[in-house]
Amino acid sequence: MNLWLIKSEEETDTQYGKRPEERTMEETIKNSVMIVDKNSGPTSHQITDWAKKIFQVKKAGHSGTLEKIEEILL
Amino acid sequence: MGLEKEYVGVMHLHKEVPEEVIRKTILNFVGKIKQLPPVKSAVARREREREIYFFDILEIEGRDVLFKVGCEAGTYIRKLVHDLGRALMVGAHMAELRRTKVGNFIEEQSHSLMEVKDAYEFWKEGNEKPLKGLLINVEEAIEHVKKVFVKDSAVDSICNGSPVYPNALTRMQKEIIAGETVAVFSLKNELVAIGIAKMDAEKMLKAKRGTTVRTDRVFMKKGTYPSWK
Repeated sequence: MNLWLIKSEEETDTQYGKRPEERTMEETIKNSVMIVDKNSGPTSHQITDWAKKIFQVKKAGHSGTLEKIEEILL
Repeated sequence: MGLEKEYVGVMHLHKEVPEEVIRKTILNFVGKIKQLPPVKSAVARREREREIYFFDILEIEGRDVLFKVGCEAGTYIRKLVHDLGRALMVGAHMAELRRTKVGNFIEEQSHSLMEVKDAYEFWKEGNEKPLKGLLINVEEAIEHVKKVFVKDSAVDSICNGSPVYPNALTRMQKEIIAGETVAVFSLKNELVAIGIAKMDAEKMLKAKRGTTVRTDRVFMKKGTYPSWK
């Protein structure tokens, strides 16, 4: 399924960036998505606000579906 | 985004139909089906083809049929139920519907805000396990999106809004076709941005100039990688 076309072979410098599995918990929080139950009461926006408060982050977004929302914490 | 969807719903038949007949007829609605979008819909009203991966009956109680269906994005379930009702010659409508899966996300992965709050407190007290269990890395969350990988030297300009030029690419998924959503990854497997492919993968491979991916949303912070000046 995952067939790749290789355009160039290149190394990556360990000085910059970080592999996802090496992130600290703080960094993980800022680069994660979570799936939250949403009952019909509060709006998606309110839930996003609460999530921001819990995690003490400035940026978070949501991507809604019928009965659940996903929070993107950044 | 065109993701696979999964729904559980209740079809209400307008007259009772023997179970064997329902089970037999439903098989005609698995595989490629033709659908005319409903009158009130977001797309042009012309017949289009959609794939139904499975259409299972979970329970039948009188005129109510509890079903589970897995289908291609853009399938109208209400319409599917209506068409099945017609095929059964009695008519039917959808009484209830719940989407249980979008792409890789399934309902069981979801948590209440209380759980989230608790998990966060546990972490503050030194136990990070519950919080780890509920966060999904963005990279994992977009597993279903096709990818291109770019060199370290190209990352920062992409973070600053530049499109992805051919010489930035190291590898790309072969199936990428122009116009579809793709994710731009660093060589360390970090998500840099999401955008629209402007070329097929084959063309990206040969291209020397032009835009291969136009980014729509940058995820990585500027300055994570050095700027190329």
